[in-house]
Amino acid sequence: MKKSLVILAAFTYIGMTAALYAAFLYAPTERTMGEIQRIFYFHVPAAWVSFLAFAVVFVGGIAFLRTGKSHWDVLAYSAGEVGVFFLTLVLVTGPLWAKPVWNVFWTWDARLTTSLVLWLIFIAYLMLRSSLAGEKGARFAAVFGIIGFLDVPLVYMSIRWWRTLHPAPVLGGKSGSGLETPMLVTLMIALVGFTLLLILLLFINYKISRAEKDLELFEKEWRNGEI
Amino acid sequence: MELRSKEILNGMLLFSLVVAVIFGFIFEPGSEELKTAGPGILWILLVFSGNIGLARSFNREYENAMMQGLLLCPIDRSVIFPAKWIGNMIFISFELLILIPLLVILFDLPLGEHRLSLAAVLLLGVAGYSAVGTLFSTIAAHCRAREVMLPLLLFPVTVPILLAGVKASALMMTDAGLKEAVSWVKILAAVDVIFITASFLLYEHIVEE
Repeated sequence: MKKSLVILAAFTYIGMTAALYAAFLYAPTERTMGEIQRIFYFHVPAAWVSFLAFAVVFVGGIAFLRTGKSHWDVLAYSAGEVGVFFLTLVLVTGPLWAKPVWNVFWTWDARLTTSLVLWLIFIAYLMLRSSLAGEKGARFAAVFGIIGFLDVPLVYMSIRWWRTLHPAPVLGGKSGSGLETPMLVTLMIALVGFTLLLILLLFINYKISRAEKDLELFEKEWRNGEI
Repeated sequence: MELRSKEILNGMLLFSLVVAVIFGFIFEPGSEELKTAGPGILWILLVFSGNIGLARSFNREYENAMMQGLLLCPIDRSVIFPAKWIGNMIFISFELLILIPLLVILFDLPLGEHRLSLAAVLLLGVAGYSAVGTLFSTIAAHCRAREVMLPLLLFPVTVPILLAGVKASALMMTDAGLKEAVSWVKILAAVDVIFITASFLLYEHIVEE
């Protein structure tokens, strides 16, 4: 187990370093937006990775309800935490980019609003988890996580119909010709780096949650033994 | 059961009325703004008072350990969810039935030509909202901060219902044409189907003790 963690960490390190290098040194400066465009190489991968994490919450929740095995629940919960972390990153980097480019920090565009609603849903998921311990909490959180994830396409669709300010905001480029090859390569490297980072964080978080659970059990037994 | 507990119904109605009056202060009565905000106000009242009703109804059950009683009953467990859901639906609809005429009187709210369709849209909204609401109120009732937890869980998830509902009813109320509203109603119906099915399937995982 330890060895695989080290290997994974090493790959993540390489991937993230490559992403940093590519984003800051390899990728050309965008013509109209300038340097600020480089935030794109962190913003998009973070969004992609957070979505992946929430998919894990969904799958883990279903698996837990089906099998009742607690490691599925631990996995889902860890993924929820990591997903919220990445989505927070998305919601922070987005406005930073938008202020100079769109001239506003925030617009009520479909993607932005969907991300915000998604963030709220999974913050609620974490709150639910922290206010309900034990097997019951795990079950309830799984149910909520499933509904929350199912809700994502619904929210996106309805908001897209509601406000179609930017049908295809960033990707697709100005003239509709897509990204320049170096930019695309950079984005791909960043995507790989972030995905590795997600797996690593998930792995570590899973271990910690597992250990916490074991500790809790141990403490309970110990107390019962003492009294 | 709910209709007997007048206290909750009165509370919900009064609360909605207070919210409506606050909106009256915010917008100039009879102004154009109020008219454009009309459908929004309607749905906000639905959401808020529905939330109170859901929370209160489950609190009582929880305190009286009624759920255990229900589970001990020699009935099929899959009946519990539809029964509670329909109960909540009737409850919220009943409340709207009193509230909407009141709003029309207080704010001179124009309901437009398509009243029946408007009622149908509201009913669709109530159906989806109370389906998820039934599920989540059961979850929230077990939490430490019950009263806070329910809206935290319920509001973000029901965004699609709210959005589609407001849009559809706004189009209907301004006589902009039923045709445009139809697509929103379709979304609303689709969301309803997904929410109701998911809540129904997931409910049994929540009530098992």
